[in-house]
Amino acid sequence: MGLHPTQYKGLLGWIDARMPSLMIAFRTHMLEYYAPKNFNVWYFFGSFALMVLVIQLVSGILLAMHYKPDSNLAFWSVEFIMREVNGGWFIRYMHSTGASFFFIVVYLHMFRGLLYGSYRKPRELVWIVGCVIFLSLMAESFFGYLLPWGQMSFWGAQVIINLFDSIPLIGRDLSVWIRGDYVVGDATLNRFFSFHIVLVPLALIGLVVAHIFALHDVGSNNPDGIEIKDHTDANGRPLDSIPFHPYYTVHDLYGLGFFFTAYSAVLFFAPELGGVFLEGNNFIPADPFQTPTHIAPLWYFTPYYSILRATTSEFMIWLGLGTLFLGVLTYLRVRPGPWRLVVAVFTFVVFVLMTVPQVRLDPKLWGVILMALSTTVFALLPWLDQSPVKSMRYRPGWHKAVLGVFVTAFVVLGYLGINPPTPGRTLVAQVCAALYFGFFFLMPWWSRMGTFKPVPARVTFAAH
Amino acid sequence: MKRSWFWLVPALSMLACVGAGAQEVKLDRWPSERGTNLEALQSGARTFVNYCLNCHGASLMRWNRLHDIGLDDKQIKAFLIFGNQRVTDTMTVAMHPRDAKEWFGKAPPDLSVIVRARNTVEYAGTDYIYTLLRGFYRDRSTQTGWNNVVYANIAMPNIFWERQGPREATLTRIEYQDIPPPDGKGPPRQRLVQTVSQFDASGNVVLNRTELDQGEAGFAYGFKPADPKAAAAVDAQVADLVGYLNWMSEPTATFRRQVGVWAIAFLVVFTGVGHWLNAVYWRDVR
Repeated sequence: MGLHPTQYKGLLGWIDARMPSLMIAFRTHMLEYYAPKNFNVWYFFGSFALMVLVIQLVSGILLAMHYKPDSNLAFWSVEFIMREVNGGWFIRYMHSTGASFFFIVVYLHMFRGLLYGSYRKPRELVWIVGCVIFLSLMAESFFGYLLPWGQMSFWGAQVIINLFDSIPLIGRDLSVWIRGDYVVGDATLNRFFSFHIVLVPLALIGLVVAHIFALHDVGSNNPDGIEIKDHTDANGRPLDSIPFHPYYTVHDLYGLGFFFTAYSAVLFFAPELGGVFLEGNNFIPADPFQTPTHIAPLWYFTPYYSILRATTSEFMIWLGLGTLFLGVLTYLRVRPGPWRLVVAVFTFVVFVLMTVPQVRLDPKLWGVILMALSTTVFALLPWLDQSPVKSMRYRPGWHKAVLGVFVTAFVVLGYLGINPPTPGRTLVAQVCAALYFGFFFLMPWWSRMGTFKPVPARVTFAAH
Repeated sequence: MKRSWFWLVPALSMLACVGAGAQEVKLDRWPSERGTNLEALQSGARTFVNYCLNCHGASLMRWNRLHDIGLDDKQIKAFLIFGNQRVTDTMTVAMHPRDAKEWFGKAPPDLSVIVRARNTVEYAGTDYIYTLLRGFYRDRSTQTGWNNVVYANIAMPNIFWERQGPREATLTRIEYQDIPPPDGKGPPRQRLVQTVSQFDASGNVVLNRTELDQGEAGFAYGFKPADPKAAAAVDAQVADLVGYLNWMSEPTATFRRQVGVWAIAFLVVFTGVGHWLNAVYWRDVR
């Protein structure tokens, strides 16, 4: 009768006979997805991120029921939600706290990748899709931050959109096109609302599905950085693996207990987190005629914002020298032939555009380029990392130091970006920016240096 | 040896603090116990209605929300609402923003969320407003005849002046200034200059400038009230008012924390069960 044969009984059997893809998907991604059994605490953050996505979608849907994307009403409608809607404060704080937690867990998730070389072959595509998710998340957050229509919302958007002005020829028209007006206004608010609740969430959901599909096709990495598929039993099941469901579902459920405790601690006891998660200035309605003395983006953007601010005209010569140094290194690395010429010409052009006063590009534009580069450079990691082993566990001890310096530079840049600049701070930001980019662009050289430890054939695992 | 890079972390973090700027005026701490005392909140509400609500609105605040600090509709109507507003109305003012702008140079801001608006990563909005409202001094050079140690040339006059009584103020500012060389030739020199401004109770000022050889840039102030008792009473009144403003900026805060305790308690149990479940499932994994 056209029905598919099924092993299930009852309602499930009825469905499975008509739509077997449902149970096939469940088996592929849960029951028969074999994950390495030696995951450690760093492997929680992927499922935490998925959880935050759900929180943001649910709370976002509820917020959209009362929010009004109108420059005269937006600010008041948010406060209306906080005061007059039943449980509105809870929905709003869920969303605002969730936004910051999204970045916390995503940053830790990315750090895990750096620590264990999760971006290495064959997981390049998993990593690249992840980088696109990260960029979408930043777009989502940027659009969403305008919606409360406070002073920081308004001026933050104004500053960031004005960055497009620095693009030669088309910049001015481009920024007007983005705003839909000559200043951030009602048109901007409405289109940002539309992007924030329709376009980017759709993209995010699709990308997350792609991220998980790509991961499940090649299988998860693990803290040892070993391919568990190299040692399988007679059925082709990796020996060091365990079915994702129920083992990692209960494991993640346990982990979610910790996540929700931290999340609730902020949500219920410190939703502003001392002005870091919710900035004081944003409790003042947007006023196009009054520029705040100090404009800072939210904390998760501040490392990149610091890099933007650090790119002063005095810094350009150092950037140029850095580029030159990198160009020479690359030139020596590349085999003689046409690619050498490409490297030489590219380095020369960039150096000239950075340093020669008559033709150099505006330092502001370089700042924008570097800021964009600092958020996208992660995608190059699979090719920048030339180390013979994946996991930090079997790499030379000083590789940990290099990673530690990078993380510290990132945190310091973030701290500096929250605060107003001073000459001393700008200098520190410049040093940290150099460390930030040095970490990535010198990786092809440093990642293969040092004495590597022998990698075991099977994963290290102690029974619970 | 393995951890030899750890020194880099504090070193870089210390570098980050280079030239860390701070709020120019040291803010007084608002006595936060006033924020949870119902009587203090009610007294603050009365002060708010009598002193602030003539110029500032609180357009997000419904009168009957005052139930949360122990007032009923009858009390609200009898003691707090002037005019013909209903308890379900919000606290708005009759003054038109355009008039206000003409009179004060700037429309007085809505105070519904003012405490949260003044929060920064460096200081709390409550401390800021507590210091601001007690930081007025007579200054003949300004439009209103008042000036403020926290907010220089503030458009707002001192609303508590009658109760506070006359006060003398001493402002000490130490800053780097360009001093022209004595013979008038050559570039100016950067010198640390201390300026002491003594304002009498009528706002006449005596300036005293001295060049310092050493010291740190900064700003300090002191008041000498003619009637210290009256001034102290105003301090207490302002503390209550700030408590009320703090409450008004997030009336659900107390309830939020109460729910939070239950939420955390539930999550502790949830995590415990999760731990047990995890242990049971993973027991046989070798």
